[in-house]
Amino acid sequence: MSNEIKNELPLYEVFIRSKNGLDHKHVGSLHASDPEMALTNARDVYTRRSEGVSIWVVKSTDIVASSPEDRGSFYEPAEDKLYRHPTFFELPDEVGHM
Amino acid sequence: MTNNDMFFDYLLRLGDNSLILGQRLAEWCGHAPMLEEDLALTNIGLDLLGQARMFLSYAGEVEGKGRDEDRLAYFRDTKDWRNLLLLEQPNGDFAATMARQFFFDSFQYLQFERLSKSSDERLAGIAAKSLKETTYHRRHSADWVIRLGDGTEESHEKMQSAIDAIWGYLPEMFDMDAVDEAMVAEGIGVDVSALRSHWDEYINGVLAEATLTRPENSWSVHGSREGKHSEHLGYILAEMQFLPRAYPDAKW
Repeated sequence: MSNEIKNELPLYEVFIRSKNGLDHKHVGSLHASDPEMALTNARDVYTRRSEGVSIWVVKSTDIVASSPEDRGSFYEPAEDKLYRHPTFFELPDEVGHM
Repeated sequence: MTNNDMFFDYLLRLGDNSLILGQRLAEWCGHAPMLEEDLALTNIGLDLLGQARMFLSYAGEVEGKGRDEDRLAYFRDTKDWRNLLLLEQPNGDFAATMARQFFFDSFQYLQFERLSKSSDERLAGIAAKSLKETTYHRRHSADWVIRLGDGTEESHEKMQSAIDAIWGYLPEMFDMDAVDEAMVAEGIGVDVSALRSHWDEYINGVLAEATLTRPENSWSVHGSREGKHSEHLGYILAEMQFLPRAYPDAKW
């Protein structure tokens, strides 16, 4: 890593809720020196065209992510367990759409 | 001056403040320390431009000589401009831009807050709409004053010298002349001299948090209300007005 990159401000991930009742969705990331700056930067960068009613910012380093190598142990065991899907029930007609 | 002339002049002051500061902020486009701040500064500049359009359109109507917002923005020479001297000062470094912005945002916030209760309904409406923008501007610039003042030794020193350098331009914000007094008497305008103590209280709090020293009041410059400007305004106008003057009625 070059010095130039090390001296950059910390990275924050930005989540925006577009309307009341909807979930916050990840929209991107930005650099900021502190949480307050991250919030105002997010407002300026990601809500200029009325995209949101609520903003969350999270330091990227605070996000714990699964790694691609975990694919085998994390997700593949679920592939042959069809019984976990609720597809074996007969729905009474009265229920309609579920 | 008739009362109508005074109202016209009063609206010019409000519009010119927003327009010239907005123009200054536009100079940062593509030059800010980082992309996020580039967007913030130009957003704020565009907010100010929007305010200027509303004030100048109204001014043109009040004047009643057929001048619209563009005519007023692009075809007036320096002596006809009424913006505060503070706002035409060069951007300097980022600290200087933020210091200028912070002191003016803090003033404009109080001014718009009072103006939103003006007896002139249209002016009150413009002020109420603009106040929401200014509330954000002030939050943004105050954060930067605190961050730089209470930051590293270098950032502290830059912010302190930025404040020292513009301190004498600030008293002009609170000047009252015959136009201001007439507007206050009619319930249209704001008694800006009465805002001083509120402004002091607010900025003292921010400066203290930023560990910055409030300078002594050892000098001050005045003159914008009579159209006496620093040499910088001419350069701003030359750039801003070039296109419409070279190609009148050009569309783009």
